[in-house]
Amino acid sequence: MTGRNAQNCNENYLKYVSALAPPTKHFKNCLSAFAVGGLICSVGQFFRYMLGYAGLSGDELAGAVSVILIFFGCLLTGLGVYDRIGRYAGAGSIVPITGFANSVTSPAIEFRTEGYIYGTAAKMFTVAGAIIVYGVFSGVLVGIVYCLL
Amino acid sequence: MTAEIVAILLMYIKAFAVGGAICMTAQIIINFTSLTSGKILVYFMLAGVALTALGLYQPLVEFAGAGATVPICGFGYLLANGAIKGAEKGLFYAVSGPLTAASAGVTAAVVFSLIMALLFHSRPKRN
Repeated sequence: MTGRNAQNCNENYLKYVSALAPPTKHFKNCLSAFAVGGLICSVGQFFRYMLGYAGLSGDELAGAVSVILIFFGCLLTGLGVYDRIGRYAGAGSIVPITGFANSVTSPAIEFRTEGYIYGTAAKMFTVAGAIIVYGVFSGVLVGIVYCLL
Repeated sequence: MTAEIVAILLMYIKAFAVGGAICMTAQIIINFTSLTSGKILVYFMLAGVALTALGLYQPLVEFAGAGATVPICGFGYLLANGAIKGAEKGLFYAVSGPLTAASAGVTAAVVFSLIMALLFHSRPKRN
C-alpha cells in the first residue's frame, strides 16, 4: 500500500475509531475534575492550618505541605488507588501536586521489571523530567531578567 | 472566636473553588484538544512561572492559599519565586534560586517514589 491509498486507509480507520469511541461527557468530566481538584486543594489547606499551628511559617510551611501531599500521592499510587481516582477525576487528579507525585511513582513501579537502575531510577523522570527541565530553564530565565531589571 | 472560624471556613471554600477551577480548566483543555497529561502538566507549570514573573500569581496565592499552591502552577510559582527572591542577592542566587526553592518537592518525589517502587509491584491496569 503506497501514497494516497495508505492515506485513505488511515482516514477511514480514524473515522471508524472515532465512531466507536464513546462520546466525551464534557459536563460531567468538568464537574468531577472540579470536585476532586478542589478537594485535594482543601486537604492541602487543612495541612497548611495544622502545620501553621505546629509553628511552621513561610517557605518552610509551603514546602512541608507539598512534601506531605507528595507522600500521599506516592502512597496512593503504590496502592493502586490513585489510578482509580484518576479514571473518575481526570484532570482533577493530574493537575494537583499529587498528580506530579503520581507521574514519578507510576513509571518507577511499572519499570521495576527492567531493574532498579535502568528501570526504576531511569524511567522515574519520563514525565516529571520534562516538568523539571522546562521549570528550571524558565525559572533561570526569570531570575536573569529580574537581575537585569 | 466565631469570626475566626468563619475566616477559616471561607479560606477552605476559596481553596476549593480556585483549586477546582484550575483543574476544571485543565479538564476543558483535555476535552477539546486531547493533550496528554504530561503536556498538560508542563504547560500549566509554565503558566505558573509566567504569571508569577508578571506578578499576577502572588495575589492569587494570598487569596486562595493552598488552592493556588497545590496545583502544578504552584510548582511554577515556587520556581519563579525562588528566582525573583534570589535576584535581589545577585546573579548567582538568581540562577540557583529556582531549584533551591523546588528542592523539597523534588527530593520528596524521588525518595518516596523509590520507597514505593521497593515496596509495591506493578499491578495490571483495569479499565
